[in-house]
Parts: sequence; structure tokens; C-alpha cells
Amino acid sequence: MKQQRKGPRIAWSAHTALLPMGATVLIAYVVSMLWTVRISLSSSKLLPKSDWTGMTQYVNLFASNRWGTDMLHVWQFGVFFISGALVIGFLLAVFIDQKVRFEGVFRTFYLFSFSISFVACGVIWQWMFNPTLGIQRSLRNWGWENARFDWIASQDMAIYCVVIAVLWHSSGLVMAILLAGLRGVDEELWKAARIEGVPRWRYYLSIVLPQLGAAVGTAVVLLAISVVKLYDAVVAMTNGGPGDATDVPSKFIMDNLFERQNIGLASAASTTMLVTVLIIIAPLLYARSRSRAAGGHT
Amino acid sequence: MNSATSASVPAPRHVGSRVAAPRHSTRPRRAAFTPARLGIYAFLVSAALFFLLPLYVMGITSIKPMDEIRMGNIFALPVALTFEPWAKAWSSACTGLECRGISVGFMNSIKILLPSLVLSIFMGSINGYALAFWRVKWANWAFSILMLGAFIPYQVMLYPLVRMFATVNMFQSLPNIVLIHTFFGMPIMTLLFRNYYGGLPVELFKAARIDGGGFWRIYFQLMVPMSLPIFVVATIMQVTGIWNDFILGLIFAGRELYPITVQLNNIINSTQGEKVYNVNMAATLLTSMVPLAVYFVSGRWFVRGIAAGAVKG
Repeated sequence: MKQQRKGPRIAWSAHTALLPMGATVLIAYVVSMLWTVRISLSSSKLLPKSDWTGMTQYVNLFASNRWGTDMLHVWQFGVFFISGALVIGFLLAVFIDQKVRFEGVFRTFYLFSFSISFVACGVIWQWMFNPTLGIQRSLRNWGWENARFDWIASQDMAIYCVVIAVLWHSSGLVMAILLAGLRGVDEELWKAARIEGVPRWRYYLSIVLPQLGAAVGTAVVLLAISVVKLYDAVVAMTNGGPGDATDVPSKFIMDNLFERQNIGLASAASTTMLVTVLIIIAPLLYARSRSRAAGGHT
Repeated sequence: MNSATSASVPAPRHVGSRVAAPRHSTRPRRAAFTPARLGIYAFLVSAALFFLLPLYVMGITSIKPMDEIRMGNIFALPVALTFEPWAKAWSSACTGLECRGISVGFMNSIKILLPSLVLSIFMGSINGYALAFWRVKWANWAFSILMLGAFIPYQVMLYPLVRMFATVNMFQSLPNIVLIHTFFGMPIMTLLFRNYYGGLPVELFKAARIDGGGFWRIYFQLMVPMSLPIFVVATIMQVTGIWNDFILGLIFAGRELYPITVQLNNIINSTQGEKVYNVNMAATLLTSMVPLAVYFVSGRWFVRGIAAGAVKG
């Protein structure tokens, strides 16, 4: 595939051209990550220190109430958000796939929210959920006097407000991914299934869905990553509140890095986050290396 | 990409309740299908409403006077229309520090966007081209790490990068944020171009080599002109990505250069005085204007970018 008969002169320019990439990988990714791991093993507070304190920061981290709550929140958020996005995305993709008219228009509407920022998304929903002037007030004005929809002010329910907001932002992405997968499913299957008397919904659930494995996997990994990264939307929508009801690990890290001057603890938290992400993507990387070994290409 | 597949199946087109399709394929479900079709459309339309509702609420809130907003009908159309909130949001909304409106952030975002866009796309295309056609062994290793890096949350790299830029006296400056966007945009940009160039026939490259083309000449005279569509996709992805960035701008841009998203957050969550919801909504719309315009203008291209990003998985 590649040939270089011209000797080293030309090859050098390829090496040179790739140097910025090499430098970026080395400095911005590898060295930065290792440095963070290193800091997490020291007693650094405001500035990095070069002592070794072993796992002390991790012990402190997992003993801290705030981190515990944050982990709980990210799980709550993750479970509801990922399952919600998959269900909504799948339904949208299946319904769009019924050879409907104005397909492009529908698709455009389902995906536009994905183009705007998480900050804007958080702000919009903060307004919608506003307990005094938002949806709750409108319901009451319409005559439903006892309507209660003040989740955003509730210690227990606020996290679900974030779930709804981010679902609104990202479900369209799942729709787009799954729709692309659906278009790859052989039409003949439906003809065969219909002759057997299989109802349409059953066909999608039992025959099509299992074939979408790769697309669903991609969607789950993308969603899971966005769960770990969740930050902007929370900051804009609730800033972690009320109380600590919507505090999340990435906010924990940012606060400890730039406000509480506890970079040792923050680095322990980021390292934990790094390991989590590696665990999430490991199956994907494994699947990919296997398909590459089998001669396939993704 | 998918237009061909949808055209190849005999599509039953339903107009109202009438079914116009080849008989043999749809006869059994014809009778039962009309209510079902209605159901499908009902579902699709209500889903569209769910997605559009917040946009609608935002739009009408931004053109209502505060008196009306205080009455609490967020879904009601304005009685007395006003565009003052837009003017305020643009030029005099307060961030807690100053009252110069979102326009400051808008300009900052443009200042950040343009160089970041050019640099990150240029780097991505060079990397992609070199990886696809030139045998540079170490670069493949670097590329694998880069792909892994695409998944890592910024928090993991953030603090060391702050220290490094501080050491060379560049922390919180325009070059700082531009380089940061280039670093973190590199995985997806490189992948995008590598996949595209990898799909081109190798013979093309070989022929250019035999004609005596060197690395740069082949890049500029052959590859760039051939890959204009992917440059468009890359531009769309980077414009929305960089414009919507919050965390990087917050840390690396510096107070003087806060991008529009940071400015918006400061305006919304500034604690002084009564909350001016109409101004806030106008500011949010102004912030979202650029990505929305890109999205609605580019349509299919945007989806293509997402598909490319999704392949990365």
C-alpha cells in the first residue's frame, strides 16, 4: 500500500509533518495523564509537591462524603439517562423508519438540540423547571391548582431535572446512530417475519434490535462517556444544588482544582475517572481489535 | 449516504388514508394500517413537539416584558411584544463583574474560533494524510494513543496543562486557548481525515509519487482539492464544538477572553438584582445562534460529522 522508493529525503518530510502530532500526544496526553497520576500520589495542596504519600489521597477521596454523594448522583444520572436515551432514540429511529413523509423534517427537529451547547441547554431547562414561573405555575394557572412540578428545588428530584435536560440534548444522537443501523437491516427479514405472522413491534424487538448490536454499543459508549464528563449542564442549570443534590464527580474535581486548592485530592479523583473511562471503553477497543484481526474494518 | 437505500425499496407512500403501493406487498396490512399510520405520525409529531417546546418557550420569553413573565404563563404568546431584552442581552446584560452584554463573549468566541478552526483542521488533515499514505511507524503508535485520548475527560489532563502553559508564560491567553482546542480537537480531526484518505485509491498516490511528487506537493495539489467535502464536515464539527465549549474556555482563555458560553453562564447565574428572564433567554438564543445556524444550513453534513464521530465510538 505504501511505497517509498525515493529514499530518506521524502520520508523525512513525512516524519517532520507528523512531529506536531507526536508532540501533542506525548505532552498534552501522555505526560499530562501521568503527571496527574503522580500528583494523586503526593500531598499536594495549592501547588504540586514531590513527596510520596501512597494511596492517602485515594483513601481520603473514598472516605469523603461529597465524593460518595457525587458517585451516587452520577450513577443515578447515568442509569436513567442512558436507558432513557436508548429507549427514546430507538423509538424515534423505528418510527422514522416506517417510510413516513417529511422524514427529513422530523429528523432535523430531533437532532437540532444536539447542536447547541450544554450550557444553553441547562439554562433553557432551568427556566422551564422554574418552580415559581415555569411549568408548575402554568399548570396551576390552567386550573390544576395542586400541580407540583418543583423537582429542581427538591433535594431528591433535582438530578432528574438534569436527566431530562440532557436527554433533550442528546437523544437525537442515539436516533441518528440507530437509524443508520436500521437502514442496514435486510428488508427481506420483515417479509419473512410477516409470513410467519410476527407482529411489527415484535419484529423490531426480537429480530431487528439484536442486529443493531454494534450501533447500540457505539451509542452506549458515547452516552457513558458523556455521563462521566457531565459538567457544563449541571453548572449552568443548578450549579450542583440545591445543596449538593446535583453535584457530580467532574464538578468535584474542578472545585478542588481551582477553588479549594486541593489538587492532590482532585488528581486522585481524576485518576479514578480515568480508570472508569478505560473500563467503559475496554470492551469497545477489544471488539475493534478483534474485528481488525478478522480482517474487518470499522 | 443513506438516500440510496431508502430509494431501493418499493416505498409505500401513504397519502391521508389512501394506500398507494404495490398490492402484493402491502395487501394484508392495508385495512389495519390506517389507524396505525396515524399513530405513527401522532408519535412523531408529539416527539417533535417535545424537542421544539423549549425552543418555543425560550423564543417567546425573550420577547415578553417582565410584567407578563411574572404572571407565570411560560407557554403563552406575548401580549405586548418587545425586543428590548435582545438589545439588553447583546449590549448591557450584567455578568456580576461588568454590564457589557453577551456581545463581549460573542466577539471573544469568534477570536478564539477562527485561529483554532484553521489550526486544528490543518493539523488534522496533515496527520490524516501522512498516516494514510506514508509509512511512519511511530506515528501509528501515536495515533492509537490519540484515539484513546479522545475518550478521556479533560479533567484528567487539565491541571498539568495549566502548569505547563504557566511555565512558558502563556497561561490564559489567546495562543493558549487556541493550542488547547488544537490539542483536544486533534483525535477526531485526524481520524476524520485519515479515514477519508484511507478510502481513496492508493494508485492515485502511487501515480503522484512516480511523477515525482513530494510529501507537501501531493498534499497541496492532490489531496486538498480531492478532500474538500471532508474539509466542510471538519469545519462544521469544529465550529459547533469550539463554539459550544465551556470548560476549556473557562480555564484557559482568561477573564478578558471568556468565550460566549462562559459569559452566558455568568450572566444567568449572576446573583445581583432581580432575575431578568427575558434578557437571559435572549442571551441564550444569541449564544445558540451560531451552532443552530450551522446545523440548519448544513443539515446532512452535520449528520455526517456525527456519523464520523460515532465510528470513533
